[in-house]
Amino acid sequence: MALVAALRRLAHVKLRDYSPRMAAVTSSGWLKGQRSFTTRTPCLRSDNKVTINFINRDGEKITVKGSPGDSLLDVVINEDLDFDGFGACEGTLACSTCHLIFDEDVYKNLGPVTDEEMDMLDLAYGLTDTSRLGCQICLTKSMEGMVARVPESVADIRQSKDGSS
Amino acid sequence: MIGHKLLLSGLSLWTSGRSRWISRLLGGMNGHGKAPYSSCRPKVCIVGSGPAGFYTAQHLIKARPDVDVDIYERLPVPFGLVRFGVAPDHPEVKNVINTFTQTAKHTCCSFYGNVTVGKDVSVAELQQAYHAVVLSYGAEGNRSMGVPGEDLAGVYSAKDFVGWYNGLPSCQELSPDLSCETAVILGQGNVALDVARILLSPIDILKKTDITQPALEALAESHVRRVLIVGRRGPVQIACTIKEVREMVNLPDTRPEMVAADFEGVKDAVKDLPRPRKRLTELLLKTAMEIPGEKEQERQNNASRVWSFRFFRSPIEILADLDNKRTAGIRLAVNKLEGSGDGARAVLTGEVEDVSCGLVISSIGYKSLPIDPSVPFDSRKAIVPNSMGRVQQAAGLYCSGWLKTGPTGVIATTMNNSFDTARSLVEDMDSGTLDISAAKPGSQSISGLLEKRGVKPVIFLDWEKIDSVEMSRGEAAGKPREKLLTVEEMLQVVRK
Repeated sequence: MALVAALRRLAHVKLRDYSPRMAAVTSSGWLKGQRSFTTRTPCLRSDNKVTINFINRDGEKITVKGSPGDSLLDVVINEDLDFDGFGACEGTLACSTCHLIFDEDVYKNLGPVTDEEMDMLDLAYGLTDTSRLGCQICLTKSMEGMVARVPESVADIRQSKDGSS
Repeated sequence: MIGHKLLLSGLSLWTSGRSRWISRLLGGMNGHGKAPYSSCRPKVCIVGSGPAGFYTAQHLIKARPDVDVDIYERLPVPFGLVRFGVAPDHPEVKNVINTFTQTAKHTCCSFYGNVTVGKDVSVAELQQAYHAVVLSYGAEGNRSMGVPGEDLAGVYSAKDFVGWYNGLPSCQELSPDLSCETAVILGQGNVALDVARILLSPIDILKKTDITQPALEALAESHVRRVLIVGRRGPVQIACTIKEVREMVNLPDTRPEMVAADFEGVKDAVKDLPRPRKRLTELLLKTAMEIPGEKEQERQNNASRVWSFRFFRSPIEILADLDNKRTAGIRLAVNKLEGSGDGARAVLTGEVEDVSCGLVISSIGYKSLPIDPSVPFDSRKAIVPNSMGRVQQAAGLYCSGWLKTGPTGVIATTMNNSFDTARSLVEDMDSGTLDISAAKPGSQSISGLLEKRGVKPVIFLDWEKIDSVEMSRGEAAGKPREKLLTVEEMLQVVRK
């Protein structure tokens, strides 16, 4: 579960490898008194990576690696993947632009969805039963090789129709 | 939940990864092997620096790195409704500003604030100086209710109310009277819910946001304790979205109050609805009909403020007090529905209902206005007539954002809309439909014109000075920023 994984990440930050970005997050004040973690620590185990396959809007497959604990949005950003408009709100559950679609079996292993994520996901164009928001999915080793499809992104359906017709 | 959000809203999160991503986004691709790039740099001018303007610029710069893009903005500060429309307690939505900042700082992009197109410079003059002009100036007008009493004291448009608490300079004199107990909001879209939430939020929450100091002080003294959010149709047609409804349900020190009869038949209708509408309707049903558990009941009993959705009501008159000067109430027509689902229509029953209130806020939609007589404008739809962003019967003229499609949709909607316009523009450049073979002077000639007219543009670096002042003032007050509230103050900071 993304939320638990994220919290676990912070709680055990001393014991795990973490990216400099995570350090920046912990230093943002959420965990006061852990300012010593603002310095970079190299990832010690390079075989700790998870391979992810993205299918872009042109149907092309792009294979990249991410670190456990990274969200799929983190991976898209770190790997400079060129998905137009992806991640507009920077992973804060304030939009639906990191919408990704998975196969049924992969989807089932992604864990339960929070109400908060579902609320934003509900607004995504082309919503399916196996849709998730990439900023809420944190990589685990069991996701090795998974495929995530970037759907067409015509419109966030939150268009109020009061009186405009 | 909240912890998770805090976790991810630390903006330093993105550091080097993001700026690499953005530069790739902007600096990247070569042409598509179509018409060769012209030997001069094509120049495009964008009018308006809200999301539409910036997303159009972003897409253009990425698709055609040979293009120079100049963004003109009336105010000294950029970002449009992201700064002046998004609610103060929704800071994550404003994260898009980081993307816009990267675009503005791109070498191909220049920002010119404090320039009013249509007054300081005409669209025709811009068209002479640039190969293409994209109009993205949004919707600064109001749809009026068109009922008697609309001009009474105590009646405001949501657009102005939101502009007031968000520091829009033209709305700083609003001084809304918050001395009454009941406020009625017409409209049930997300803007209406933002207004309700700001009216009812505990001050302790608001004082940590970037809401303006005068608004904070006025709200601290407010006597408003009950807010009715009124819509013409029923619960199944409500225009707001679930996140905003959940925020109302969870708003500290408030309790919901709904009319059970409004929900007749809704439970049966729910099972056939698509998931998003279903979840929203279920939440409304639960809030209206379910008997709360002990703890929740106690919380509700202790709440000092009330919010309510009222359905099947349309405004027909604002009622004045005895002196005929101030709002004392509102007369609502009672409707019934014909049809069901999205297409259901509200039909008058002939009954009316009067509600006492001292504050009426009409949240029935923004409206675009024409800014230059030379630009085609459809006054019925209040948009610039266009096909995929190409203004009809006006070569070299494009539009994006709300001006193109009407004033609905969130930032992501506008983003897609703007990308579409940029695609049309790039197509036209690539195909030769838009002639970019001859060089055009762009900002050079416009700067000359502006100087002659005594207009001093504010460049992006100047905005960063304002930004810095606002943030340091905010820090002193425990807020993300303390906004400057007048154009004069903004220009003073720039000229220092």
